[in-house]
Amino acid sequence: MPIQFQINGKATTVDVPEDTPLLWVIRDDVGLTGTKFGCGIGMCGACTVHINGRATRSCITPVGSIAGTAVTTIEGLTQGGNHPLQQAWVEAQTPQCGYCQPGQIMQAAAMLREFPNPTDDQIDQIMSGNLCRCMAYLRIREAIKIAAGNMQADAAEGAAGGNGHA
Amino acid sequence: MVKSLTITILAILTGWLCLAIWQTPLDASEDNVTPTSTPEQVEHGRILAGIGNCATCHTASLDKPYAGGLDFPTDFGTLYSANITPDKETGIGDWSREAFIRAMRKGVAADGSYLYPAFPYTHFKNITDEDLDALYAYLMSLEPIAQEPPENELRFPFNLRFLQWGWQLLFFDDEPLQPDPERSAEWNRGAYLAEGLGHCTACHSPRNAFGAEKKDKAYAGALVDNWYAPALDASQPVPVHWDEKSLYAYLRTGQSDYQGTAVGSMGEVVHKGLKVAPDKDIRAMAAYLATLGGQSTVGGEKNEAAKLIEAAHQRVATNRSRGEELYISACAACHFNAPENPRALRAELSLNSAVTADDPSNLLRVTLQGVAANEGTPGIVMPAFATFSDDDIANLAEFLRSRAGRPPWSDVHERLKDLRQLQN
Repeated sequence: MPIQFQINGKATTVDVPEDTPLLWVIRDDVGLTGTKFGCGIGMCGACTVHINGRATRSCITPVGSIAGTAVTTIEGLTQGGNHPLQQAWVEAQTPQCGYCQPGQIMQAAAMLREFPNPTDDQIDQIMSGNLCRCMAYLRIREAIKIAAGNMQADAAEGAAGGNGHA
Repeated sequence: MVKSLTITILAILTGWLCLAIWQTPLDASEDNVTPTSTPEQVEHGRILAGIGNCATCHTASLDKPYAGGLDFPTDFGTLYSANITPDKETGIGDWSREAFIRAMRKGVAADGSYLYPAFPYTHFKNITDEDLDALYAYLMSLEPIAQEPPENELRFPFNLRFLQWGWQLLFFDDEPLQPDPERSAEWNRGAYLAEGLGHCTACHSPRNAFGAEKKDKAYAGALVDNWYAPALDASQPVPVHWDEKSLYAYLRTGQSDYQGTAVGSMGEVVHKGLKVAPDKDIRAMAAYLATLGGQSTVGGEKNEAAKLIEAAHQRVATNRSRGEELYISACAACHFNAPENPRALRAELSLNSAVTADDPSNLLRVTLQGVAANEGTPGIVMPAFATFSDDDIANLAEFLRSRAGRPPWSDVHERLKDLRQLQN
């Protein structure tokens, strides 16, 4: 049965069994390999993508359950790969081997929508499901704080600009 | 002499019993298109059918709405829902208004046979003439679909419909619900809808060995179709009790900040049925249902709930249980909440009814199968954790239970076995 959804803004139809993990579809059928396979049981976060804007482990999400939704992968987070988190990742020289970072960034991006100014504790609570074998946790936290600060500054500037035009 | 007297008495008794059981078949309607029905009646009936959620039980395949055939496994065998489209051969196309009203209020079909109480006539008896006329007009306005539902597969003697006469004698009082003059018009409207068309207790009340709702345990919670309809009475174990505001939000949108999200059967009630109900009716039901809950151990006050949430999210630094480790890795990313601002979409598991309920089915089932975009809150997906071992899920459940201050469930492994089978 064909399953329709959007991926990074484009309408997609795949004809696979409904219980196929979304991660398989993203990597093998759609051909986007930025999203990684880690544990396959939803315990490491490497496969995190957004489904309708919410961070979701794609390795244990049956593709049949996401019909009609909008999926965003690391490739589609921003057009030019310049999300404030990605910029902060560079600034803080966060990754070491880099394998977990697409998942880390997708999880953090979703978090910042609901927790735009997260505390250390909130970052730890929400990011604990994203494992990093290189132990870059402190730099991940640092990059998230840099990005959160920049995003808030941008938002404040945007709001001020908006008021200026009104 | 004694013998012949006995025979005579027996014969009289049998005759009387046959007369008592006998229900007259009602003639086919001459005017089943109900020329007297108005478009307003049909529209009113459409909304009522939504509040009664008729379509969910009377539809087996989405391309044949109201054509019946959905299976209902019960302790007595499997029942199949009736075709209630106006098809003359297989549906209710030649049922008169009188026959329809008798079925709804007395549980007797047009041909005089008794209906099983899986069809909640025990509630529909409370519906007014005006509303029944509207429902009749609506059903008769539907596209007739020819589909004969499968024969019921009930064990002897439950397959003998006339025995339902005895069931009715024991468990059915056809007196309709009376308004309570002490209460507001809104509350009474809510009671009318919840106890009548809405038939809430059909799922939310436990049943006795004969399948009748236990009247003294109304709204005490029950397992139906492998989903647990949680308690809404004073025994409700959710720390923050349901109140008017949360019930309204839940019935209208399928989610509440403290108690949880409608999935499974209740998801269908909210998103397929109540969707068409006007706001004032949803508010009325909330007003009524809120009065069942009694005093909360924790008030709905924001700061009291916040204290519970804050305590729940404190982490043990060392010697964490297996369940807590699993929770941290697999659950917290989505379910962590800031104490003062829990979000319905981040279902707060320390307060959630799936965790605090006396039955583990809802938590286990959602853990195993996740929540698809078209279930629960529309567009929101939870992954399926079926790859977790039974032991891991049991550990996780135990951690969540203890964190919510509830005793461990005793039947987690048995339920997991059953629920895994459902998925295959």
